[in-house]
Amino acid sequence: MASGSSSIGIDGFFENAEVTTSGRPVLRRNEVECFLLSSVDIDSEDDPPRFTALRSGNLILTTHRLIWIPSQSNGAVPSSVPLAAVTHIYSHKKSIKSMFHSPRIRFQANPGSIVVTIVFRGKGDFDEFLTKLWECWRGRAWEEEEKSESETSRSGSGTVAQGLYGNDGTVRMVGLAGILRKEQEQWESTDKSLQDAFQDLNALMSKAKEMVSLAEKMRQKLLSAPSSQNGSTDDEEMGSKEEMQQWMLSVGIISPVTKESAGALYHQELSRQLADFVRIPLEQAGGMISLTDMYYHFNRARGTELISPDDLWQACTLWEKFDVPVMLRKFDSGVMVIQNKSHSDEEVMSRIKMLVTKTETLRVGVTASDAALTLKIAPAMAKEHLLTAETKGLLCRDMSPDGLRFYFNLFPEIDPTNIHIVKDFGTYGEWIKATSLLSV
Amino acid sequence: MQKLADFKLPQFFNYPPYFTLQPVRDTREKQIQLWKELILDYCKSQKIFLIGVEEDFPLFSNSAIDRSLSHEARETFLSAIVGEGRAEWLDKGHRKCLILWHRIQDWADIILQFVRDNGLEDSVMTVEEIRSGTESLGTELQGIDRTILMRALKLLENKGKLALFKGTSADDEGVKFSV
Repeated sequence: MASGSSSIGIDGFFENAEVTTSGRPVLRRNEVECFLLSSVDIDSEDDPPRFTALRSGNLILTTHRLIWIPSQSNGAVPSSVPLAAVTHIYSHKKSIKSMFHSPRIRFQANPGSIVVTIVFRGKGDFDEFLTKLWECWRGRAWEEEEKSESETSRSGSGTVAQGLYGNDGTVRMVGLAGILRKEQEQWESTDKSLQDAFQDLNALMSKAKEMVSLAEKMRQKLLSAPSSQNGSTDDEEMGSKEEMQQWMLSVGIISPVTKESAGALYHQELSRQLADFVRIPLEQAGGMISLTDMYYHFNRARGTELISPDDLWQACTLWEKFDVPVMLRKFDSGVMVIQNKSHSDEEVMSRIKMLVTKTETLRVGVTASDAALTLKIAPAMAKEHLLTAETKGLLCRDMSPDGLRFYFNLFPEIDPTNIHIVKDFGTYGEWIKATSLLSV
Repeated sequence: MQKLADFKLPQFFNYPPYFTLQPVRDTREKQIQLWKELILDYCKSQKIFLIGVEEDFPLFSNSAIDRSLSHEARETFLSAIVGEGRAEWLDKGHRKCLILWHRIQDWADIILQFVRDNGLEDSVMTVEEIRSGTESLGTELQGIDRTILMRALKLLENKGKLALFKGTSADDEGVKFSV
């Protein structure tokens, strides 16, 4: 039976605490459970004792009360002390003596400034309990309730809502139920905004349908119009047809007319645009840039209306058909790069040759990073070039714990039948000079 | 240029790529040729008959440039010499290699010449005397590897130039020349 009224216990100090059939305390409105400890005694410090001691029960701290529930049916009654009645909590000093005793809390409570001692005989986090007790006592949750209750009776609006139900009847977010309620509300609001969005999308789709049918009409018109090969073309009509194609391109619509001949017009235009754009990043990258890097640069420049990787690749492959100074190239490793046509293999090889025949590099060789620095290209590119040069026989490799280095390939210059001979001409002699500069 | 004992090393011995097995085929073939010649030259000059692949054969590393041949490289180069008939693997695991800087046939010829030079056409000698006796001092036969010597002698025996026979003790094999 739930009733809000408290009843004073037998001794006149404790209040009876209502419990459920399973022994759980019935909490009042806005009351929240904070802590639970077992094996707790409550004693009266005064002499003579002001109330019968409560032995061996569970102590529950709530925002409003201390509730004691007997753990065995020993005739004791579930009791509680309202925190509002507590006037003073004695500070807990740890001493040698306290180390050997069960921890205890002492406080003064009304009516009558009775001193109460709570003895904790069980294993529980006593320090935590103490902290929480202070919090709850200081929190004075019962006062807010009284305040809001009295205010509600006066104004009935704009007050801080306490408890699970706010003053205006809306649900307040407290406890586990509160969490669940909050989740529920979030789902509902998301659901609603999705529905709204779909409304817009439906509107958009119907517009799109209109657009598509318009485009289809245009397409029919273009297809049915006489082509430029036909001599009897009207200039004006040609002009408007061109315009129409341009316009369609500008809205990103693929023109069906030229698709068969040279790839879609879209890709053609893109291809030309790309060839122009590519010039500067290529220079900065030293004449060769990977396709992925170019994808990044190009799209970044465009800002909106980004192109897909496939569009980019197609645009590059179309370069063969035009007279542009750039080309797409695929390495054995699968890496695809864009390079200047002038940036041919021969050109790179000759630059590498110049690099490795210098006195210093003759002596110590080059690493991929050295080459990258000197040739001003990316290290991965440099490595590809060095490997290509090795395959062509220009360079040979030196593998050591220091890493991989490449040297000018001297092997062809040495005569196996005469291993001590050094020809007058040739790099072998240069190399010997370079190395002897160091030896004593 | 560097020397190993009294052997003059070629300049390219200090070329670091020389010590890395080259992946490019043409370059590798050139490299193999150079190693073949160097190994044979060196073994001949130092009278080395046996190379252990995992042992510290002086040519396999160059401390001046801090490089040494990998196991794979050593095996590759030695196998190339074997392939040309100028060496033989003594074990399946390719750990020991017999170097024939003179082919067996060449050794046989040298023995015959030795016999003629010393007037031993109808004599009898122990095998050991051939390689360490007074007559052999200062000749190529001095210190010849026993295995190689036996092979050469057997070759000559097949040609009827001599007869091998066992002596009084296990290592006292003898030869009767009938050159």
